[in-house]
Amino acid sequence: MILLKIVALGIVDAIAVYALFVLVLSDEWLVAGIVAVVTIAVNWIYFSHRALPAKYLTPGVLFLLVFQVFVVGYTAYVGFTNYGTGHNSDKAQAVQALMSSARERVPDSETYKVTVVESLQGLGMLVTDPEGDAYLGAPDSPLERVDAVMEGGVAVAVDGWTSLSFSDVLKRQSEVFDLEVPFSSDLNEGVLRTADGSSANIYTSRLVYDDVADTMTNTATGEVFADTGEGAFVSESGEELLPGWRITVGFDNFARAFGEESIRDPLISVTLWTIVFALLSVASTFFLGLFLAIVFNYKRMRGRKFYRIVMILPYAFPAFLSALIWSGMLSERYGFVNQVLLGGAEIPWLTDPLLAKFSVLFVNLWLGFPYMFLIATGALQAIPDDVVEAATVDGAKPWQVFRLIKLPLLLVTMAPILISSFAFNFNNFNLIYMLTGGGPRDASAAVNVGATDILISMVYKVAFTGQFRDYGLASAFTIIIFILVAVISIVSFRKTRMLEDLN
Amino acid sequence: MSTTRSITTRGGETFEKRPFRFGRWLAETGWRHLVGVVLILFCLFPLAYVLSASLNPAGTLTGSNALFSNIGVGAYERLFSDPSQPFAAWFGNTMLVASITAVATVFLGALAAYSFSRMRFTGRRFGLMSIVLIQMFPQLLAVVAIFLLMNAISDWFPAIGINTHIGLIMVYMGGALGVNTYLMYGFFNTVPKDIDEAAKIDGAGHARIFFTIILRLVAPILAVVGLLSFITTTNEFVVSSIVLIDPEKQTLAVGLYKLVSNPNYADWGAFSAGAIIAALPVVILFLFLQKYIVGGLTAGAVK
Repeated sequence: MILLKIVALGIVDAIAVYALFVLVLSDEWLVAGIVAVVTIAVNWIYFSHRALPAKYLTPGVLFLLVFQVFVVGYTAYVGFTNYGTGHNSDKAQAVQALMSSARERVPDSETYKVTVVESLQGLGMLVTDPEGDAYLGAPDSPLERVDAVMEGGVAVAVDGWTSLSFSDVLKRQSEVFDLEVPFSSDLNEGVLRTADGSSANIYTSRLVYDDVADTMTNTATGEVFADTGEGAFVSESGEELLPGWRITVGFDNFARAFGEESIRDPLISVTLWTIVFALLSVASTFFLGLFLAIVFNYKRMRGRKFYRIVMILPYAFPAFLSALIWSGMLSERYGFVNQVLLGGAEIPWLTDPLLAKFSVLFVNLWLGFPYMFLIATGALQAIPDDVVEAATVDGAKPWQVFRLIKLPLLLVTMAPILISSFAFNFNNFNLIYMLTGGGPRDASAAVNVGATDILISMVYKVAFTGQFRDYGLASAFTIIIFILVAVISIVSFRKTRMLEDLN
Repeated sequence: MSTTRSITTRGGETFEKRPFRFGRWLAETGWRHLVGVVLILFCLFPLAYVLSASLNPAGTLTGSNALFSNIGVGAYERLFSDPSQPFAAWFGNTMLVASITAVATVFLGALAAYSFSRMRFTGRRFGLMSIVLIQMFPQLLAVVAIFLLMNAISDWFPAIGINTHIGLIMVYMGGALGVNTYLMYGFFNTVPKDIDEAAKIDGAGHARIFFTIILRLVAPILAVVGLLSFITTTNEFVVSSIVLIDPEKQTLAVGLYKLVSNPNYADWGAFSAGAIIAALPVVILFLFLQKYIVGGLTAGAVK
């Protein structure tokens, strides 16, 4: 046991040391510091004899902190930035990318003999200038004079770097082709690029960066682009150079979400529909499930077990597949429902805004009622017979017994399940995305959103589909979901007193 | 002499046997079977439809409408032969990711549930409350941040970043505590503490008690949580669609979705065949373990 512990900790520590090494090499001191502190804490926890609960909690909590707590905080941060297509990196990288995209080979310039070399940080270039001196450079460190091994007047190897052979260069052609080594610390002097891995030329950019004035100048047209604090270089005529960079924009995303009519209106209707959809889904599945539980909870009936297994099937079948199958069956022109069940009618089940909403609810009923049936059956059977008998003796009719005795008891036991079912449907991404894709699309909206979109599918579409990915706006929407979910949780936990029962 | 006789069913319920009268049977039991038949049609026709479509070599959506008119395995052959839709890889990836996630989830959750159930420490109540609250915020809400985080990780450690199964599993493991610990915690509490104490007196340490005694006693809940985690992971689309990029690395949910993103033009037969194969492991597991699952669902309300 102790041996196992030491081996496991040894592996963890080895990985941590490797991670530290990589992080320090790429100058990520903050992350490296966190990794170091966590590693020390983990070692202390498992070697000390005092931290017993922590020994059991640490593994899960670590993952929870990174992939659930941290990402929620990070979402909140991204909501206040302009992060998205064209604003993905920091300013230095944006300057580099802009210049690199505008680079052209300097006409009639010198050709240098080079050897492509590699270290842990990536590829670099070992350059021999016409005088026969050797220089070494990498994408983030400009050329510097080095002592290298020479062969026929060309530097071929240098300490601390591995030279790539001709076949290595061929194998990693695209990497080598993308390699750009700055000629000097001033980017405007250009970079060396190699097409074949053995000779390089100087490329300079049509865009010139002036780091004193913080402007980009297009040398061809003379136009000047300045950093106006909007995360991109903008010319006086308002033309933007993309890529720009990431900046915090304060409440801009929220101002857009609530201010611009073409975003605000769909946001409001999507929020309302999300709540209506979740409520109606819970209500419809609950009542159908309960009705069936009552129908089949009858001792004299044979074959109850058979019905139960058949009913579990829609629940057991993976939900994303069911939604895809239904989307085919409900297809307007070729679907099974229109063609066979309705004899060739062309009802736009998924393409008419109102009918699409109905279809979503209907398919969710199909998917969800078995679950409610199972739970309601259990809850019904848990109601003691003598309560019902007492009521019957007192002269209550069956309907009264149900409404005044069984239903209240059922609601009490099923309340937590109804709440969690509501929470689940509130974020039932798969059903919406697989069945209708959120459509039919709302043409008047500035974001890609449709009549059946719920909040989470809208977030996904804004962030990950289409030409323009807007992580900032999507995160702002996510924060709105967080707030809604928090309010709903607080209210429901208050009502059910669930948290107070914890001990 | 009495005309009635007591009958005991296999479920242990008892009722009086009465002489058979059709009118009464129809009023009391028969209509229930009528509801049952309607229900069977409602539940099964989409499943029958997809089974028939998968056996139909035609492949178009229209061609799939005549149920079981045309039987052949052409759709299954197409499914496995088209290199642009590496179905076998999707299936393998999904099984791999879902099984590892299930095992890891169960393990992490059981560790935490054990400490909450058996130990008293500062912050215990706060920990339990946080876990119940975190349940309300599913991981997929933070999908944008997860994507950006995985991108950042890729820059330093490509082996566990974007487009790797390990990266995806790590993200799923972040959801392990929030979703399942409370369910397990309740079950751990039902195991009497006397057992631990007896073992402790006999000289067993906490790790031995956990691994050799408690884990065996709570095996049913471990199976339920593992299975539910397996099913959830199989169904998961959002995170998997942004973390995995290469078609050969993707999971069934993403692959099959892309296969029919436009049902009017898709190879509907191949999709149906894929759906049948993809659903089989889950449905079989579910039917085998349904007794435990229903118990677990009632206790913890998941899915």
